[in-house]
Amino acid sequence: MGLMKRFFLIVKAKVSKLLDNAENPNETLDYSYEKQLELLQQVRRGVADVVTSKKRVELQAEKLEASVAKLDNQARQAVQAGREDLARIALERKKGVQAQLQSLDAQRTQLEGEQEKLVAAEQRLTAKVEAFRTQKETIKAQYTAAEAQVKINEAFSGISEEMADVGLSVQRAEDKTEQMRARAGALDELLESGVFEDVTQSGDMIDRELAKVTTETEVDAELEALKKEIGAGAPADAAVQEGGPR
Amino acid sequence: MIVRILGHGQYRVLDDAADELNAIDDRLEQAVRTQDAEAFAAELAALVAAVRSHGQAVADDELLASDAVVPDPDTSLEEALHLLSDEGLIPD
Repeated sequence: MGLMKRFFLIVKAKVSKLLDNAENPNETLDYSYEKQLELLQQVRRGVADVVTSKKRVELQAEKLEASVAKLDNQARQAVQAGREDLARIALERKKGVQAQLQSLDAQRTQLEGEQEKLVAAEQRLTAKVEAFRTQKETIKAQYTAAEAQVKINEAFSGISEEMADVGLSVQRAEDKTEQMRARAGALDELLESGVFEDVTQSGDMIDRELAKVTTETEVDAELEALKKEIGAGAPADAAVQEGGPR
Repeated sequence: MIVRILGHGQYRVLDDAADELNAIDDRLEQAVRTQDAEAFAAELAALVAAVRSHGQAVADDELLASDAVVPDPDTSLEEALHLLSDEGLIPD
């Protein structure tokens, strides 16, 4: 048995599960309509969840972009200060952040795909729910009872199958957003820990080291200036003394 | 025949294409049996492409039962196995 047949059976099984709770055949149509509307709500919620996940991923990417810029700047400052060791640390971190950014980008693309798929599924299902509602009435009016039953059964199979498909799509989207939520949570923790240089936290190690270097350089410069001032001043004083009244 | 691509709607495919679809489908099943994720992805992509190129999308307001169902194109082997095992349909 090929995969197409196996998946056909999966869909069939989902369809019968979907309608399991109808009390009797006469209620099946009403029950199905209720289920159709329920499913439409679920798809819309699914779309909203995917959009929320996407926003979160985008927000994290923005933070990481800022980290890349900051680390780049730190590396430059460190090289200018002659601290290659610090520059190396900053560049290594930048590589790590860039790898994370790539992964976020892949997640964003995936969520984008899920969103498009669910929006299309919602459109399709809406059209089919509406078609089913109207066809049911026209069929009853145009055909004999027996013929109508056959036609309605056909239409019913069609809508039920669509529902099973959409149900599977919603489930997959939920699983994916759930996974991404877990990853996003883990990344938030990493960001908070400062591993990727969360720029909202001030004074990381490289900053402190650079500040130290800057302070040392400034102190050195001031010391030099002082020495010069005093060195230059001393002979001048001597000259004054020499030129003074005897 | 009517072929559903899960997550992407139905296609009306000419019966002439059946042999080609079945050949790809056999290779897809083989990939599931040998648990070859790479082959699975390649054959699934080929199957979806064949359905789309030989078929015409069924209108949104048409209500038809399908004759065959193709997994969602981005289904991984792992997901496929999971779905199949839920219904006891994993190939031996």
